[in-house]
This record gives sequence, C-alpha cells and structure tokens, in this order.
Amino acid sequence: MNIRRLFLIAVPYLWLGALFLVPFIIVLKISLSDAAISIPPYTPTLDFSGGWEALKQFFSKLDIENYVFLTEDDLYWKAYASSLKIAIISTLATLVVGFPIAYGMARASDEWRPTLMMLVILPFWTSFLIRVYAWIGILSTEGFLNQFLMWIGVINEPLSIMNTELAVYIGIVYTYLPFMVLPIYSTLEKMDASLLEAAEDLGCTRTSSFWLVTIPLSRPGMIAGCFLVFIPALGEFVIPSLLGGSQTLMIGKVLWEEFFNNRDWPVASSVAVILLLLLVIPIILFQRNEEKNKELEL
Amino acid sequence: MNRRFSWFNATSLTLGFAFLYIPIVILVIYSFNESKLVTVWAGFSTKWYGELIKNEAFLDAAKVTIQVAILSSTFATVLGTMAAYVMVRGGRFMGRTLFTGMIYAPLVMPEVITGLSLLLLFISIGLDRGVTTIVLAHTTFSLCYVSVVVSSRLVSFDRSIEEAALDLGCTPFDAFRSVTLPIIAPAVISGWLLAFTLSLDDLVIASFTSGPSSTTLPIKIFSAVRLGVSPEINALSTIMISIVTVGVITASLISKRSITRRRDEEQKADQ
Repeated sequence: MNIRRLFLIAVPYLWLGALFLVPFIIVLKISLSDAAISIPPYTPTLDFSGGWEALKQFFSKLDIENYVFLTEDDLYWKAYASSLKIAIISTLATLVVGFPIAYGMARASDEWRPTLMMLVILPFWTSFLIRVYAWIGILSTEGFLNQFLMWIGVINEPLSIMNTELAVYIGIVYTYLPFMVLPIYSTLEKMDASLLEAAEDLGCTRTSSFWLVTIPLSRPGMIAGCFLVFIPALGEFVIPSLLGGSQTLMIGKVLWEEFFNNRDWPVASSVAVILLLLLVIPIILFQRNEEKNKELEL
Repeated sequence: MNRRFSWFNATSLTLGFAFLYIPIVILVIYSFNESKLVTVWAGFSTKWYGELIKNEAFLDAAKVTIQVAILSSTFATVLGTMAAYVMVRGGRFMGRTLFTGMIYAPLVMPEVITGLSLLLLFISIGLDRGVTTIVLAHTTFSLCYVSVVVSSRLVSFDRSIEEAALDLGCTPFDAFRSVTLPIIAPAVISGWLLAFTLSLDDLVIASFTSGPSSTTLPIKIFSAVRLGVSPEINALSTIMISIVTVGVITASLISKRSITRRRDEEQKADQ
C-alpha cells in the first residue's frame, strides 16, 4: 500500500474514529458510572497511572444501576412511549400531506418540475429553528390561525393549540415535509405512464388504476420517506420544547433536561444509549429497503 | 410519468405550497410591523432592523456563528471529499465496513446524542469549550453529508478519463487536480454550501459544545424565543431567510449554466 493511499484513508478514518466512535464508548462508559458531586460529576473516572490493579478496580465499579433506575421510574417509560407515539402519528400525517404534493409534482409539465422541485427544497435550506418559530405566532391563542378562524366565523372562542401535542404534530409535519415529498416524487417520476393506460384498457377506472398501479409502484418511495421522517422525529428536541407544552414528553427533551437542568450525566447517558437501541431497528429496516430498491433498479 | 394534470393535482400543489410558504411569508411581513405585539399589525416600520443592529449580543453571536460555519464547512469539505474518494475508489482495506458505517451513522443520529457524546469527549480530554469545540463538532457531522453528496457524483463519472490522464504521464495528484476535481467541483461546492447551512442552523449540538464566551446565533434565538415571540427575532429571521434564498437561487442558476455549457461543449466535440 503506498503512502498516499494510506494518508487518504487514515485522515478521515482517524477523524471519525476520534470524534464519533470514541465519544460513544465514553457515553456507554458513563452510563455505567454513578453520579457524584465532583468535576466531572460522575464516578469512577478512568486513570491509567494506577496500573493494572486500578484498572481492574475501575471496571468492578461499573454497573447497570442507571438502567435499573430508568425501568423503575415511570417518567422514562412514558417519555419513550410518547416519543414513539408522536413519531408514528406525525410520520403518517406527513405521508398523507406529502403524497398528494409529490403526485401533483410528478404530473406537472416538464418545464414546471425544476421550479416545483426548488420550491420544495428551499424551505429545507432555511433555518429549522426559524421555521419552527414561525408557527408560534400562528398557533398561539392570539395567533393568526385563531384570528382568521374567528374572522370567518367558524369559532367564537380561540382554540388552544399552542403547547399541546397537536402543535408538535403540526411542527413535525411542516419541518419534515420535504423528506417525505422528495423520495415519493422520485419513484412517481420514474413510473411508466403506459402502465396506467394498460390498466385502463383492461377495464380499470381511473380511481382503481390509481390504487392498483400507482400506489403499489410508489411504495418504495413512501417507505423511504416514512423512515426519513420517523428517525429524526423520534429524537426531536426543538419542536417539542418550543411548540409542545410542559406535559408533552419526548425523550430528546428528557435527555436535555436531565443533562442541563439536573446535571445527572450518567442518567442522561443511559437515556441516550436506550434511544440509540430504539433507533437501530428502523435504521436497519431502512437500509434493507434502500438495498432492495437498488436491486430493483438493476 | 407525465399525464393528465387534473384539478386534484392543482389543488394539492396549491394547498401544499401554501402550507410550506405561508408561515414564512407571515414571519417576513410582521418583521416590518410597527407594534411590539407580533400578531397585531400597526403600520409599516423598519425600526426592528434598527434595534437589531444596535443589539451587541446578537452581533457577537452572529460573528461567532459565521466564523464557525466558514471554518467547519471548509474542514468538512476537505475531509468529506477525501472520505468520498476512499469510499468510491479506495478498493478493499481493513475496516472498510466500519468506515462506511461511521460515514452514514451520523446522518441518522439524533442531535441530542451526538451533542452529548462530543461534550463528554471534550470534557474527558480536558478541552475547554469554545469556538474550537463547536468547529470540531460541526466538522464531524457535516463531513458525512459532504461525503454522501460528493460520492454520488464520483460514482457516476467516467473513470477512463482519469486513467487517460495517468497514461499520458500525469502523477496521480496532477490527475486528481486537473481531471477529477473539475468534474466533481459542482458536488464539492454544493457539499460546502450544505455544510455551511447545517452549521449555521445547528442549535442542539452547538448548545452542548459551546462555552459561555462562544454563543452562536441559534442558541441566542432559542433562548429569546423561549421567553416569547418578538419582532426583533422576526427581523433577524427575515435577514437569514433572504441570505439563504439568494444563495440557493444563485447556486441553482450557476449549476444550470454549467450543465448547459457542458452540453454545448459536448455537442461541439461531437461535430
């Protein structure tokens, strides 16, 4: 192996190893430690100067106490369960909102498509925080939505949407919509229109050819889109903390509070480890789906 | 697919784009509101932009943010391009699966976990939190995005051009500089832009890895927003939105032009 190739491989490898892999090992280690009133606020700390004996003692002090604590305290169960619930419902809602947009884009004329594409991508480049912030003014009690609904006379009393789970759903659907639209659009765009003609020649109505041809053929895109929304939504922090109220429990928020407010680093670390374990399954399924799509294309 | 654009399609596109853009449009309009109340219109005024320029804390945060974004996106572009090259052209080497895993994993990692783990690393090696630690953190997660963008371009390009350059006596580095780099340049540039906006935008990871003297703009905005909506934040958001919009439209025009130019050149070469 020549030096140049070694250099090319080693630099990004070492960078990721030091700043991605090693930090995880540290999180895992601290999740097995105990909280302590010291700097850093956990014990035991790794010290190589004590030699082999000290190292053995170090390992003997690690235990799964924090994980036991997580299973005993209701708060964490509820937070994981409600994160899963919120992520699933908002993913399905994003699919329902996103599919018609992708479908419309795929049917638009060729000169319109690049523009529509850019219109979908543009909000993605705009700050996530700003897009979430924009909804506070809309959903609050004196907000634009309530003003509008009262003006057209649908309601007499303002609705309280802000600081509820509904606001979190709206926030997630809004911010992750491009992730759903783009993969569905790319499968629909590749679809052969003659298949629909064939279906109709064989006696399908327009509606039934949509359900029997278009929907099954766009399934890979829908699945990819669902994972792309579900995975980040599960660990979401910004949306529940700005739009959701104090009773909206999400695990990203719990981790944040455990770390910054309670300063319990070992518990925060074990919350992180379990969140990661929860994510491993959908990530593997997503990878499989992608590989299957690649095979189909070949 | 390209048939029958129905009423249903037109309606869903209109409603969809209204949903995507109305919140942003309202935000921009109300940044020019005279009133301190964000939701009540009291006449046109640019006074909140004036207030913003006078606000030292926001200006300092903006400086830190831009500094971090430029440094981290540049490092991420260099490292990410190297990583993409290794993934596409590296052949077999020990730990290749681990390498690919480390490139893709940060893309799906919840930000709270990335932030927490990096902070714990910085503390355990005794690195003081500040601009350096934010740059290190941002470089790490954006290099993965850069390498995905660049490697998709590398996969699709004709390797024989590179081999021809080597046959004609180029050193591998010369071949990379004069053949490969110009071809993948659009992907490298869009990778840089992506890394830049990711860094500009990041709240969670920056909150974990920043120190008291290095507050970034998103951290500042987040703590201000928690206290309630304010027209000053609307003004700041409007400025950030305009910068991004102009940037994205310019970038897409440039790439469109380079595509047409290449097509013209290919046509000339065919004749």
